[in-house]
Amino acid sequence: MVGWMTGIAVEQRRVVLSEWTKLRSVRSTRWSLLIAVSATVGIAALACAVVSHHYPQMDAHDRADFHPLDVTFAGVQLAQLAIGVLGVLVITAEYSTGMIRSSLTAVPKRLPVLWAKAAVYGLVTLALMIPATLAAFFLGQALLAPHHIDIGFTHSGVARAVVGAALYLTAVGLFGLGLGAIVRNTAGGIAAFAAIMFVLPPLMNVLPASWNNAVSPYLPLAAGEAIMSITPGGQLSPWVGLGLFGAYTAAALGIAALLLVRRDT
Amino acid sequence: MIEAHGLTKDYGDKRAVDSLSFRVEPGIVTGFLGPNGSGKSTTMRLILGLDAPTSGDVTVNGKPYREHRAPLAEVGALLEARSVHTGRSAYNHLLALAQTHGIPRSRVDEVIDLVGLHDVARKRAGQFSLGMGQRLGIASALIGDPQTVMLDEPVNGLDPEGIHWMRNLLRGLAGEGRTVFVSSHLMSEMALTADHLIVVGRGRLIADTSTEAFLQQASGNIVRVRCPQSTELRELLIGRGATVETIAPGLLRAHGLTAEQVGDIAAAHRLSLHELTPEQASLEDAFMNITRDEIEFKTLSTNPQWSAG
Repeated sequence: MVGWMTGIAVEQRRVVLSEWTKLRSVRSTRWSLLIAVSATVGIAALACAVVSHHYPQMDAHDRADFHPLDVTFAGVQLAQLAIGVLGVLVITAEYSTGMIRSSLTAVPKRLPVLWAKAAVYGLVTLALMIPATLAAFFLGQALLAPHHIDIGFTHSGVARAVVGAALYLTAVGLFGLGLGAIVRNTAGGIAAFAAIMFVLPPLMNVLPASWNNAVSPYLPLAAGEAIMSITPGGQLSPWVGLGLFGAYTAAALGIAALLLVRRDT
Repeated sequence: MIEAHGLTKDYGDKRAVDSLSFRVEPGIVTGFLGPNGSGKSTTMRLILGLDAPTSGDVTVNGKPYREHRAPLAEVGALLEARSVHTGRSAYNHLLALAQTHGIPRSRVDEVIDLVGLHDVARKRAGQFSLGMGQRLGIASALIGDPQTVMLDEPVNGLDPEGIHWMRNLLRGLAGEGRTVFVSSHLMSEMALTADHLIVVGRGRLIADTSTEAFLQQASGNIVRVRCPQSTELRELLIGRGATVETIAPGLLRAHGLTAEQVGDIAAAHRLSLHELTPEQASLEDAFMNITRDEIEFKTLSTNPQWSAG
């Protein structure tokens, strides 16, 4: 026995470090996260610049519809797609390449791998998205400021909405991770993610209006995006909405965990 | 040490592994021999806990694999199916495995040098040739300096140099006192590397014996004998139950007796022998014969336990 062998054992914190190595050492991670950050900041800046430029010509109706926070979050739409898809990929790429056999041979109790993946991907997303949404906000407001149509960070609900957007994007990534771990297939995982997030809401329009209005706020996308709104509308209150989205995410990860320990690899 | 007791695995209504019981001992190379589809890879996945057995159990060094604190220090495995993310470099692949156990980076460098991947360690594994991929698989298997090394068809697709390297590696590992368990569907390969054989067909155990004994049994005792009084000898050998071919005048091939028996018979009757050579049947043929017997035995059987499986 060699010296380094004393003390070697699988531990949760070590599996977290291993998952960090895995995440940072493939290209898809860098690309997806780069897209998410630049979409969040870039599209916000672009939208605010366009509005700012056109504001003098806008009619009263358009001016009434305008809200400085909504344009700030214009990029979140694209960012959530990139982050959700990467969440799916983080786990399904292990199945498509066969890496999962190495991962589960190293950690045969299995669950530490899922928890570590969720922890690492969640923390990395949060660490990137908090600065990204803050940058989107301050850059956007600076562009709106010449026409005095900007809103201050200390305005009621604004700080919650900006930081909440980052929390929401993080949860979206973990939701994708959970779906990917359930489906174990990249195409299937992305399809499930897109269907639940983006196809389900318009489908509700076939329901009678009263049903639609009763159900729609509880769908994942609407519930999660409630955190980014400071104007009362048909949606759930901000923290209830984000909490519900968090519950969907926890459910996806919970089902994934149950399946992971039961299924053959 | 690997011990299986009544290990059984069904996929749907197909039985891939059927009540396998065996023991793999340290210090020698144990071959796991069987035709393709005979349940070797499934058995290895069951050992690692990647698949759960339908019934029975298997332990590694006394415990189920998943209950070890440092599994990579117990068993290092090279599976036949690819088990590497193609977009990650060999170095990062090994580092990620090492980190789960707190194995230091110095060991990662060590196994990379050991398998000769130093120059390509930073290249993405997807660009590797088959041989380089096998070397990376071996490096992954050895990262935890495991007591038991288990390799599924390690020489498949390797060039002659790679095969030679692999054989020496296996012998070296066994020589260090490790348990080496290596599967193959090639009898000739196993004859060269393995000290002991566990032979399976259709998921069932056919033989668990030393390679030498298996080869002898498989070759079916064929003896070439040259004798001036071949007609007389021929009668004597047939009288003892052998089947005898006359190859040329004075040259016989006897089936069913050992060289010792033929020599003793000749001596007892004062016949002179000019040649007495035990012949080995073609290894692959012999292996096919033995596994075919097993398969026929199964189909003929009316045992409800098997027809249900």
